Amino acid sequence: MKTLLIGEYRDGKLLESTYELLGFADQLGAESALLLVGSESQLPAYSGTLYIADAATCGEYNPDLHKQLVLNAVQQENPDYIVFLHSSYGWDLAPRVAASLKAAQISEIIAFADGSFEVGCCNAKMRRSVKPNSSTTVLTVQAGAFPALQAGGTPTVRKLTADVTSPLEFLGYEPAEKKDVDLGKAEIIVSAGRGIGKKDNVPVILALAKALGGELGASRPVVDAGWVEHSHQVGTTGQTVSPKLYVACGISGAIQHLAGMKKSDFILAINKDKDAPIGEIADVLVVADVMQFVPALTAKIAA
Amino acid sequence: MKLLVCIKQVPDLESRFKPDAAGVWYNETDLAFRMNEYDEYAVEQAVQLREKLGDGCELTVLSIGPDRVVEAIKKALAMGCDNAAHIQDSAASSKDPWQIASIISAYAKDKGFDIIFTGMQSQDRGSAQVGVTVAEQLGLACTTTITSFDYDNGTITAKRELEGGIKAAVKLKTPALVTCQLGLNIPRYPTLPNIMKAKKKEITAIAVADLLKEAALSTTTSFHPPAKKGGGIVLEGDVADLVEKVIAILKDKTAVLR
Repeated sequence: MKTLLIGEYRDGKLLESTYELLGFADQLGAESALLLVGSESQLPAYSGTLYIADAATCGEYNPDLHKQLVLNAVQQENPDYIVFLHSSYGWDLAPRVAASLKAAQISEIIAFADGSFEVGCCNAKMRRSVKPNSSTTVLTVQAGAFPALQAGGTPTVRKLTADVTSPLEFLGYEPAEKKDVDLGKAEIIVSAGRGIGKKDNVPVILALAKALGGELGASRPVVDAGWVEHSHQVGTTGQTVSPKLYVACGISGAIQHLAGMKKSDFILAINKDKDAPIGEIADVLVVADVMQFVPALTAKIAA
Repeated sequence: MKLLVCIKQVPDLESRFKPDAAGVWYNETDLAFRMNEYDEYAVEQAVQLREKLGDGCELTVLSIGPDRVVEAIKKALAMGCDNAAHIQDSAASSKDPWQIASIISAYAKDKGFDIIFTGMQSQDRGSAQVGVTVAEQLGLACTTTITSFDYDNGTITAKRELEGGIKAAVKLKTPALVTCQLGLNIPRYPTLPNIMKAKKKEITAIAVADLLKEAALSTTTSFHPPAKKGGGIVLEGDVADLVEKVIAILKDKTAVLR
């Protein structure tokens, strides 16, 4: 069994998440080759074959160019699996490669068994087992689902080029909004999710954060709705946190949120839905109406 | 200008899900359906562009599925789409992303759409494949997960959301397809007059068999709840009791309460 792993490199840096692909290939027990649009001056700690295209020449991510580079490597390598991270890079590029090869794509896998892959669905509440019907299969693996593996060594480098005209042009990066709160250093975080119901209820969550001497956090829907500023957002597109205590108020537990807070020492979740995926990682799940339970808890702590 | 927005109807994600008889997808009994959240942003963006371009611009909304999806189509029409295509398929949930994309592509192929909008993914299946695959099948420029969108004279300028809150600005020439991320805009609520007006808009029904010529590339073999990891404590009951229990646990297990 052979895998071609598509690593990530952005703005002059090899992304650490690339090593999760190596961890996945190792668990799969597959022979692997790695592809990177990166720099030979920054080789990954890896002893297999590395297909490398020069990022200085290629520029930042262009889907049409990267697709062609992957297809060129596929032709040389003839892999059973072409593996991406399920990231903004992976979910953008993987379907293009799959469509070109008319290969099955299975997205955001979290486990595998006997040629079948396990993926989350219905907001991570349920799982599906999926089998490819094609000989080559494109996979995207969920960030954090497979531990990173840095086996060390120096790769055997094979250079890759492609000449592509694309209707798409990269214009530049916009840095993340300035954080007025550094949740990464907070010891206690009390986060509001959609389950709080409305913007007017945010002060209730803030009151608990104050009573505990912590900071206010928020899930993505609450930030998108304009209830809480983005600088408080916890998750893949917000801040990654690891406080001593994380209180999730009315947060169902979408994967993107869990990825940002699952390393917390102790997780207390309050949710009226007993089956909410936050329950999978919470140390304590209180099945209750947030707007009834939280004020009562705050009053007791403040007393 | 011709615009297309593709929407899916999904169950309320707060629901409890039970496997269907075949054990490969959810049982629809007792589920309430609504428009996929990502698609609401796609519809809103398409309608905003339609309004900006004015006369001579036509916006079509497409949905694949059984008769219930007409409800989601009507909402999109009330939000401002001009007309609709309902691809009738009572077995849409058994199709893989490749087949769903192939159906959309077969519909769109000869219609000369300048821009196609889709959600970044569906809330129930979540493959994040269909939009990009349609673009590949039709040979359109494509970008995904956009959180800002602007169109001027054949060029789209958009921002893609990357990890850690970073954004990438891109420019692409039409014909193009974009997949929309949450927070792209503020989807409007249909007003009563617009709901009434929408009733007169045309919904073209097309049998899926007329469009689908592709076999599935992948097969779902099981739909099931995640294995319970255990370890966590689940507390239920009277709020006052719950507060006492939680405070006792916090004092015992964490250093934050003395």
